[in-house]
Amino acid sequence: MIDVLVVGGGNAALCAALTAREAGASVLLLEAAPREWRGGNSQHTRNLRCMHEAPQDVLQEAYPEEEFWQDLLKVTGGATDEKLARLVIRASSTCRPWMARHGVRFQPSLSGTLHLSRTNAFFMGGGKALVNAFYRSAQALGVQVRYGAPVDAIEMDGGRFAGARVGGERIEARACVLAAGGFESNREWLREAWGRNEWGEWPADNFLVRGTRFNQGTLIKRMMEAGADIVGDPTQAHCVAIDARAPLYDGGIVTRVDCVSLGVMLNRYGRRFYDEGEDFWPKRYAIWGRLVAQQQGQVGYCVIDSKAVGRFMPPVFPGECAQTLPELAQQLGLPEENFMHTLQEFNAACRPGTFDHTVLDDCATAGLEPPKSHWALPIDTPPFYGYMLRPGITFTYLGLKTNEDAAVHFGGRPSPNLFVAGEMMAGNVLGRGYTAGVGMSIGTAFGRIAGQRAAQACKQGALHA
Amino acid sequence: MRELEALARAAAGLAAGTAEAEAARQLQICNACRYCEGFCAVFPAMTRRLAFSRADIHYLANLCHNCGACLHACQYAPPHEFAVAFPQAMAKVRVRTYQDYAWPAACGALYRRAGLVTALSLAGAIAFFLAMAATTGPQAVTGADFYTVFPHRLLAWVFGTAFAFALFALSMGLRRFWRDVSPAIDVPTADRPLLAKARAPATAEAALDAARLTYLGGGHGDGCTNADDRYSLARRRFHHLTFYGFVLCFAATCVATFDHFVLGLHAPYPLASWPVVLGSTGGAGLLAGPAGLLWLSARRHPLQGDPAQRPMDRGFITLLLLASATGFALLVLRQTPSMPLALSIHLGVVMALFVTLPWSKFAHGFYRCAALLKHAVEKRLPVRSHSARD
Repeated sequence: MIDVLVVGGGNAALCAALTAREAGASVLLLEAAPREWRGGNSQHTRNLRCMHEAPQDVLQEAYPEEEFWQDLLKVTGGATDEKLARLVIRASSTCRPWMARHGVRFQPSLSGTLHLSRTNAFFMGGGKALVNAFYRSAQALGVQVRYGAPVDAIEMDGGRFAGARVGGERIEARACVLAAGGFESNREWLREAWGRNEWGEWPADNFLVRGTRFNQGTLIKRMMEAGADIVGDPTQAHCVAIDARAPLYDGGIVTRVDCVSLGVMLNRYGRRFYDEGEDFWPKRYAIWGRLVAQQQGQVGYCVIDSKAVGRFMPPVFPGECAQTLPELAQQLGLPEENFMHTLQEFNAACRPGTFDHTVLDDCATAGLEPPKSHWALPIDTPPFYGYMLRPGITFTYLGLKTNEDAAVHFGGRPSPNLFVAGEMMAGNVLGRGYTAGVGMSIGTAFGRIAGQRAAQACKQGALHA
Repeated sequence: MRELEALARAAAGLAAGTAEAEAARQLQICNACRYCEGFCAVFPAMTRRLAFSRADIHYLANLCHNCGACLHACQYAPPHEFAVAFPQAMAKVRVRTYQDYAWPAACGALYRRAGLVTALSLAGAIAFFLAMAATTGPQAVTGADFYTVFPHRLLAWVFGTAFAFALFALSMGLRRFWRDVSPAIDVPTADRPLLAKARAPATAEAALDAARLTYLGGGHGDGCTNADDRYSLARRRFHHLTFYGFVLCFAATCVATFDHFVLGLHAPYPLASWPVVLGSTGGAGLLAGPAGLLWLSARRHPLQGDPAQRPMDRGFITLLLLASATGFALLVLRQTPSMPLALSIHLGVVMALFVTLPWSKFAHGFYRCAALLKHAVEKRLPVRSHSARD
């Protein structure tokens, strides 16, 4: 019998498998995806948020524990467990040498991400390069890896893990780590969670999934049925407004459209619905998915003029381009009259100021509802560009309740040999909101804890037997 | 993805279905992602731009060393529907560079028949020297004196001309290439002083990057990928052996020419002489290097590079390998009756290498150096797009 079974194939699963193997356990890792799609959502990530007291190789200045904690507290609005959060924060300050030993390489923050150069360590080549490095290391250390092996049931013996089922096959192990991601790729579940809106639509039907198609949430569901303690709200998801032409799955980073704060956002009736200049884009991009999801048809249209070109990350799909605003309205399929009324009203409301996209500048609208608080410049310089946007789900927050040992809980009691890591428990630390790179910090910290505890559980199990 | 392709093509004004249009499509995706920035110079150079002209694409393609790191790290690589295979897209443009800038222009077509060109040149050149050796007749051959088979003056003239022509043809191609990509083309007047100031340090940096093959290091120094996502320094080392082996062999020839014409010292040279020491050290490099490169080429991931270019790649490497192998054979056989045969074959191989040089893979070094120079210059100039700065 194998010592530690790891269910999942992304960052958290690999961290667990490597740590358990380093602790002397025999390890089998089951990845639901085939080899070419391995790595779950980790393949689309690019950095990890790191606490540090002094400048390091790729990290500038310092990012002390308290500041990291305050940032987390702010974005979650208190929906976090301080003990677990501080565990993650401290682990983030020591995990990089371990990652480097397993082949992960780091690079300075990317061009266009200066705001992260102090807080986030970027993986050279991104998350897929990280995943590749971990798989290579796992292979070299003798971790068994099986691809295309989705676990569809977990057998419990009271609070103890007894075995896992892959199709008709039963796999036993002394301990198990669940790190199989959230349920964001499960269209049925999303539909059910989001329900019907006031116009009789099923909003989730129009969502795109930014990450892997393999996060079906099967094991979250099985563990709910088995009576495991749950955290998080199924209707909550990290949701970004992305280009409507993005593929249904795995669109990743390139499908974002970063010019919202430089223009106006309209709904399908050609009307504005939220303050585009409320705060810096990196702090606001994640609210627009939900805002667009709440519009009829779950669609939004971002309109800019040529003054904005070159001031934002180039989008993967070129926008609709027109020399006049009425032409742009037609190309976007928006009602021309409303569109022109909105734009004229907006342009007239822009108060003169000194435009500066790097600060909360004084270019604001006056007497407009909703206002645009910063970077409000009249949209008057052709050519004009428009992008149609849809909600893009990054991940869901629903997961299994856990403690500092990464144990799955049943009725408040920790399981002696079933552990959880990654997206399946991130909701303990991140009950709401998001800040860049924190998902990878949680996955790495809890992946390693889960691997360690699972290896220990095998030894203790052997003593008791 | 047809829509994305069409839009990228329209933006860059490139003809449909060309290697450049496909590269522009992939660059548009890469520029929205940028995860690979640390691997090499191509991605930092890319982020300075929002759109990619034909000249930009040829510049970036030649800046790419085909290390392959970005292929394995790419979240959009096949089977993803974005089908980003960046090293392959760059390789397909590079061969277009060699073709389009070749001089004389008509000879660019030779790249399309690289395997045939190599084989015919080799057969023709060996036959030429064998026929000449036959007309000289074996009775005149004394000991290890090559010049009783072929007069020194003839060899110096024939090989000197072939090599000089190769360099001339390549420099003509390079000049045309530089006319299209020179950083001076789109530098605003305000930045001209910066450009002038950048030239010397940029040239030094580019020379160093070429001499060290910095960008076969993968950015982290672990090397490049080949068959899979594993990094290895093998390719950099085999290339060093090949290139510096070639340089040493060339130096041996130069020293021998100097000895002959200036010092009046004639071949065969003793084993402890400069021509033999340089030639055999270089020759050893030219055996091990190309052998290693061929071995790596046979194992390379099909999306890393363009399999259609294998005849060009392997034909050139094979000629280098054969030049060295036949040189050593000549060293061994120079005191035997087989010397004229061995000499004819060796000279035939070297001549085949020389006559194909301007239209072979050899050209890559010239365009690569030009691209490295451009990169070293432009990174010292301010960026025009805000999104590259932040």
